[in-house]
Amino acid sequence: MRRFETATSPHLPPRDSVPALMRRVLYALAPGAALQAWHFGWGVVVQLLLAAALALAAEAAVLVLRRRPARRALADGSVLVTAALLALALPPYAPWWLTTVAVLSAVVLAKHLYGGLGYNPFNPAMVGYVVALIAFPRELTQWPAPHALAAPPGLDMALGLIFGGAQLPDALTAATPLDHVRTGLAMNRTLTELGAEPVMGRFGGKGWEWVAGGYLAGGLWLAWRRAIDWRIPSAFAAGLALPAMVAWGLDPDGHPSPLFHLLSGGAMLGAFFIATDPVTAATTPRGRLLYGAGAGLLTFLIRTFGGYPDGVAFAVLLMNMAAPTLDQLTRPRAFGEGR
Amino acid sequence: MIAAVVALGAVAAVSGALLGYAAVRFRVESDPIVDQIESLLPQTQCGQCGFAGCRPYAEAIARGEADINRCPPGGEHTIRALADLLGRDPKPLDPERGAEKPPSVAVIDERLCIGCTKCIQACPVDAIVGAAKQMHTIIAAECTGCELCIPPCPVDCIHMEPVPVDLDNWRWPYPEARTENLA
Amino acid sequence: MSVPAVHPFHGGLVLEGHKRISTRHPVVPARLPERLVVPLQQHIGAPAEPVVQVGERVLKGQPIARPRGYVSAAVHAPSSGTVAAIEARPVPHPSGLAAPCIVIETDGEERWRWREDQRPDWRTLGPEALRERVREAGIVGMGGAGFPTHVKLNPGAGRAIHTLVINGAECEPYITCDDMLMREHAPAVVAGAQVMQRILGARRILIGIESDKPEAREALSEAVRAAGADDIRVVSVPARYPSGGERQLIHLLTGLEVPSEGLPADIGVVCQNAATAAAVLRAVTELEPLISRIVTVTGAGVAEPRNLEVLVGTPFADVIDQAGGYTDEAVRLIVGGPMMGFAVAHDEVPVTKTVNCLLVAGRGEVEPARDPLPCIRCGACVEACPARLLPQQLYWYARAKDFDRVQDYRLFDCIECGCCAAVCPSRIPLVDYYRYAKSEIWALEREREKAARARRRHEARLARLERERAEREARQRARRERATDAAARKAAVAEALARAGARRSGSAEARRHEGSEGG
Repeated sequence: MRRFETATSPHLPPRDSVPALMRRVLYALAPGAALQAWHFGWGVVVQLLLAAALALAAEAAVLVLRRRPARRALADGSVLVTAALLALALPPYAPWWLTTVAVLSAVVLAKHLYGGLGYNPFNPAMVGYVVALIAFPRELTQWPAPHALAAPPGLDMALGLIFGGAQLPDALTAATPLDHVRTGLAMNRTLTELGAEPVMGRFGGKGWEWVAGGYLAGGLWLAWRRAIDWRIPSAFAAGLALPAMVAWGLDPDGHPSPLFHLLSGGAMLGAFFIATDPVTAATTPRGRLLYGAGAGLLTFLIRTFGGYPDGVAFAVLLMNMAAPTLDQLTRPRAFGEGR
Repeated sequence: MIAAVVALGAVAAVSGALLGYAAVRFRVESDPIVDQIESLLPQTQCGQCGFAGCRPYAEAIARGEADINRCPPGGEHTIRALADLLGRDPKPLDPERGAEKPPSVAVIDERLCIGCTKCIQACPVDAIVGAAKQMHTIIAAECTGCELCIPPCPVDCIHMEPVPVDLDNWRWPYPEARTENLA
Repeated sequence: MSVPAVHPFHGGLVLEGHKRISTRHPVVPARLPERLVVPLQQHIGAPAEPVVQVGERVLKGQPIARPRGYVSAAVHAPSSGTVAAIEARPVPHPSGLAAPCIVIETDGEERWRWREDQRPDWRTLGPEALRERVREAGIVGMGGAGFPTHVKLNPGAGRAIHTLVINGAECEPYITCDDMLMREHAPAVVAGAQVMQRILGARRILIGIESDKPEAREALSEAVRAAGADDIRVVSVPARYPSGGERQLIHLLTGLEVPSEGLPADIGVVCQNAATAAAVLRAVTELEPLISRIVTVTGAGVAEPRNLEVLVGTPFADVIDQAGGYTDEAVRLIVGGPMMGFAVAHDEVPVTKTVNCLLVAGRGEVEPARDPLPCIRCGACVEACPARLLPQQLYWYARAKDFDRVQDYRLFDCIECGCCAAVCPSRIPLVDYYRYAKSEIWALEREREKAARARRRHEARLARLERERAEREARQRARRERATDAAARKAAVAEALARAGARRSGSAEARRHEGSEGG
């Protein structure tokens, strides 16, 4: 009699893994991140490294405190994705302590206090971002001018700005396109006038539109590789662009075009990388359509009527809250179930 | 002032009428609470709860005189179901009442049985057959495992045996997840 | 002749087939083992009841256990010999438990029981007679589940069957027994299907076969042409697991959804496996019971993967030995395919009517022990689920032992195909949770039934005790009443006598009678 190991079906070797999924997300972020670094300088790189180091350290510390095996959880790569998203969302020359606050809020508060990977109801990166935004609104508006307008700071200067407490010289700052349009419209200027100014590019803002294109490309690759569900970014884009189209059609001088909406601020990053975070999104197919559309619509509403220039972070967090309900309301009809 | 009072009064009257109508129209006919409680108990009639059977225990729970954690044969599952029904918090089994055991049935050692019929009188579900001076035997399918037949036996010929696992009652085990990774 | 299917189902997976390795050799009969271990339960339903004694001589094909009830199946001696034991032996089951088996010491003579020489053409027999032959032959669904075939061929008066579906999809990787059967015995499959069509009164037969089996498809098309049956169609279905699931195949072929709590017969369809069809033909033409089947022996763990015609009761070890024995690679012995099959701990387990494949998996062919990560709700399982369920929600509730909610999410529509677990990036053994929840719910159901019975018996006992008490009391009361009655009567008599006596002779005698009154 020969003996064998026992196991349960299915027996096939694994097709995919969480670390591979996370790695794919990181790869897909690369083109957008590289363009962001090209247009806004070394600060982007420094923030990415700083956030990654902080996030790994914070996760390791919490895991030790929670008496969980640290190595495996660190290796799943999820905390690196959170760190990368946060670093790309924060202004590139934000001081180190601001990044620290944001990363700790994301990893400790939003992720591990809820039980760690898979259990957090809110997107950790967006919680970190919103904490920073609400606590330090001024620092969060300090975006450098894109490459096309002024040569971005070099590595030395970037380190000085982030770690040395230096201020970004006025010559190197510029309002973000969303900010520019928002304050301009508030001063009763028309979009025709605003569009002629140097910060504005062909579709969105100078530089910004390229970065958005980078995220779009990476995101499309992710959707093609099925690492993310195409429904969420598509619905997000529709939820943002359709109301924008209506508003723009009615009043082209008072509302920016749908394309401007899609290619400015965090829209592309949000649609493909943030709203698609599976842990905090809806999980049913129809639920995901509603979830994405809701996040897009909320982004439009906050941008148009809210107190902040961009609304992706709030929109995603609000939809995170709605996700369980959406899931419950959109259970698909099972095979053979009565209609 | 008067308008406000009248308006509020009208709202209250309409709401009250609606609620009253709804209460009549949508009334859910439900079993009396005692029956509902009893239906959750395992019906072993073992008396480990301190009452003379499942029905008396159900009545005591319904009157609020007994807690929901006094039923060892029902175990955690029954406590949970009772907590659900009564809107209370589940609590661990009262250790004074005994511990949850694997399901068992009583077996009579037929060589020792003297046919005294004492166990027959003790069995709450008439699962023991036999007559005076005749050997007794237990209908395993009807035995609830209450153990009430054991103390009366003068020759200690009854013992409990766990119900054997076969293809019919085998249960798929709870997947042993490496929980340290999961929570 | 064959036409493609047009109604795809949701989800499913395209899997690597690994089928070529076992189709290189024609099917040959396996050696007769020294000892056959024939389980009494090889089907869904009640176990069969032995009708032979230990020590009894049996002939090949002789019934050795009869069905217990309608949903049950007879068991026959696979070869001639002596009954050596009737006892619990390990059977092919995920539990690894032992169950009652009849052990036959074979004599090597393969002597058949007496068979009628006259074998009437099955076309002259009515549906009832044909179904009875199927029942007597102990035929059960040979695709894996083992539901008694005669039950499935008797859908009940209210349900008219229009379509008989023959399942030749064989969608699980590695398994090729139906493929080989259809290649080598296509006419038998077609004729067996026609027998069942006659039993059911079905208008048409649809034979579904996955597109990766061109040889079998050709053979079947040829057989259909030869039979001149224009009500049979051979339909090619895409090689997408689980196209061979009963509900999936019916949908692929007809576009109809079997209601979730119903049966295919509810929508006028009956589905039978191709091997079952061949067995039915043997039963009605050769009067041969189901005592052997084709088994695929495959995987990197065997030296010469192939298909063998194996007698029911043959130990796995004997079968594997005839496929060249084990290689150094062998790590896991799986009964069935890699998606739904279960692993057994050793090879002293017998082949039954439902064992279609012995997959001796090599190290690289199976996943080592699962080491799950938390669910990240990625939804890959939702995309893959052919029953259109939400596997991740089922998992949450099954894990939390919330058996009400898990049923709200339609646990019992899960066919346990394993697609969800196969795609899960967190490597969560999802199906194990569903199987756990299902068996707990069944167990609770059994307990509830048992409790209800106990309560009825307890109440009956209380009623009996009450009645006995009442009767006892009534008896006592009656006795008392009788006693008072008697006394009263006595007193009356005494009084009369006293009066008479007093009249006659005076007061002394009257006083004496009064004295007895108190008694």
